[in-house]
Amino acid sequence: MEPKDKARLDREFSELYSSHLRDVYSYAYYRVGNHHDAEDLTEQTFLQAYRHFERAQAESHGRPLRPWLIRIAHNLAANLYRDRARRPQAPIDDTTVLSAMHTTEDLVEGRDELARIIAGIKHLPEERREALIMRFALGMDNREIARAMGKTDGATKVLLHRAIKQLEEIVKTS
Amino acid sequence: MNEVAHTDFEQMLRRALAPVDPPEHLKTRLESTLQEITDAAVDELESWEIGAMRDPRNWVRPVVATAAGATAGTALVILRVRAQRKKHQAASKNPLDLAQRTLRAARDEARKLARHDD
Repeated sequence: MEPKDKARLDREFSELYSSHLRDVYSYAYYRVGNHHDAEDLTEQTFLQAYRHFERAQAESHGRPLRPWLIRIAHNLAANLYRDRARRPQAPIDDTTVLSAMHTTEDLVEGRDELARIIAGIKHLPEERREALIMRFALGMDNREIARAMGKTDGATKVLLHRAIKQLEEIVKTS
Repeated sequence: MNEVAHTDFEQMLRRALAPVDPPEHLKTRLESTLQEITDAAVDELESWEIGAMRDPRNWVRPVVATAAGATAGTALVILRVRAQRKKHQAASKNPLDLAQRTLRAARDEARKLARHDD
């Protein structure tokens, strides 16, 4: 690789990193449920992304690389759980999540329902939970989620719809 | 559940899953690691000295640099060197000799690829 090509790649990777660090960290946090593992997962995701960046860029044909990044994080998280030989416990730290709410009004009016939603998310099947994280924490559209999860757009739409319905039921009966 | 309630629920869901900011120390650590790998990939491949590689503990950084610094080209180097490994094992006098032969082969393959790219 020519030095100028490497410099360009490094610069573009740096932009990708700056644009999506928060996305990867948010995904990792909601996926693994604690800050310690989320930090490791985020770090490993970007190291692996750096290693394969040139090829990913060539194969993306100009499409956004966020789904590719999230897919790396998804695979690494799956490996993490497989290595630990246990199911994800997802002990989401409610205090951190609730602290994302800014106003006193929010805290008074929404806290109880938010807490029930957070508790409900933990009971969803893994795939549905992931789809909700991508949609609501990362703001990804159906097409991006489909690319990240290796599904068709149609299957993703159905997956999201079912995830929301199931969560509504869980929250209603809790 | 009607459409309005459904939208309300999605809004609540959006608030429940608010994005989480990465801690500052993670940013610092990650940026420093990426910077080190980038620099190492350039520097260490350029000044790859067999003499400095007698201690196996020193083998890790160049391997990381190799894996991170260049992609398809270096992967090809590793594959080619692996393919030659049996031949080197048979010809080696001892483990250090084998390590030196392997490193020499990696350097030669990298040079061949560099010439090919030119």
